[in-house]
Amino acid sequence: MAGEESKKLKLYSDWLSSCAGRVRIGLNLKGLEYEYVPVNLLKEEQQTPEFLKLNPVGFVPVLVDGDVVLADSFAILMYLEEKFPQHSLLPKDLHGRGINYQAANIVCSSIQPYQNISILKFMKEKLGPDADVAWARDQIRRGFAALEKLLKDYSGKYATGDEVFLADLFLAPQIDGAIRRFKVDMDEFPLLARIFKAYLELPAFRDAMPGRQPDTPAEHRD
Amino acid sequence: MQQKSASPVDNSTSTAPPKLILYSFWQSSCSWRVRFALNLKGLPYEYRAVNLSNGEQFSPEFEKINPLHYVPALADADLVVSDSLAILLYLEEKYPHKALMPVDRRLRVLNLQAANIVSSSIQPLHMVSVLRNIEEKFGSEERSSWAQSKIETGFFALEKLLNSLAGKYATGDEIYLADVFLAPQIAVAIKRFNIDMSKFPTLSRIFNSYKALPEFLDSLPERQPDAVN
Repeated sequence: MAGEESKKLKLYSDWLSSCAGRVRIGLNLKGLEYEYVPVNLLKEEQQTPEFLKLNPVGFVPVLVDGDVVLADSFAILMYLEEKFPQHSLLPKDLHGRGINYQAANIVCSSIQPYQNISILKFMKEKLGPDADVAWARDQIRRGFAALEKLLKDYSGKYATGDEVFLADLFLAPQIDGAIRRFKVDMDEFPLLARIFKAYLELPAFRDAMPGRQPDTPAEHRD
Repeated sequence: MQQKSASPVDNSTSTAPPKLILYSFWQSSCSWRVRFALNLKGLPYEYRAVNLSNGEQFSPEFEKINPLHYVPALADADLVVSDSLAILLYLEEKYPHKALMPVDRRLRVLNLQAANIVSSSIQPLHMVSVLRNIEEKFGSEERSSWAQSKIETGFFALEKLLNSLAGKYATGDEIYLADVFLAPQIAVAIKRFNIDMSKFPTLSRIFNSYKALPEFLDSLPERQPDAVN
């Protein structure tokens, strides 16, 4: 039994973390079972000696595959893509792959960094109770405007066509967070609003959302 | 836009060289990553400057290239790819010669992780536009201390990630994707933000390795056609 357990993938995640959300979707799409290990970011559990031994960089998500420890959502997803090629996360054509990398990186580098916990805390402390939400909302709106432009010539049912690809894994948690946490008015972003509705019809996406995780607080459960 | 052909130091491709066009700004560290990578891969390219300091990224000409108005952008025949990470992954797939990703899967993941620490956790937080925003809200002292603390936090994370991995370069004795992101980031940290690199022995050491490479030196901002003194 110990042998079987150690073979299972382990995901260290926080229910609200959009970075962890990306990986949760990827694991679901590929039909990969995993053990969910909660790391409470609000309580700073990513800074405990225990977690730092696992990932000295102190970020969530972390994926453990046997004796291999992986961090960074983009890196983890590329690893999963190589090791478990079922339900590929990237189209075959180079241009389509480029658009997916670009959209994913707009989320990863141009939006999400501005809403991480320490920055929000800083804004709140310096500027007052709603300043963190206002700050994040501004950054998100800027990034969403860019994404609307990028994807308008490529989107279909989903971000880059009629199949789910990498860009969608980054977009879904980002849009969810924008709505749930930062009160972004999605009427401004019709393309993103439309594809988000399409994501919610897919179990792989729905099951990865913050409201359905083992560590989701009762008052936030779907 | 200024145009110039830039030949890398080592052009040893045996087939006809690709006609790549790189849209770049001399001071953009994201553009710098791609310049460095193109040199390392021995890929010749035409340099087209986009002057970010006078808003050239909003010109109708550049809008056709990248409607999102940022550099770098790479044109390869009739295909345009924007965003440094997307460009670098595209180059790896289309031009596998002189690979910037290692064969070993774990090492590939570590390279992506290091690259993303730079690309998501450090550089976005000290971009000019963000610092201007911080300065407007909190003043110039806070702007400096913000930039410094974001860079140092990221550098401490990189030290932890790399200290048991690094050799001559970030993840061993071969140069890979992590180095392409780290080299410009460390250079900018030193030059623009006066970061005390003595706190980061691994990063200091590998930076010395980068400085010995003609491919890196050729990619320096001050050596670009649009550099201004």
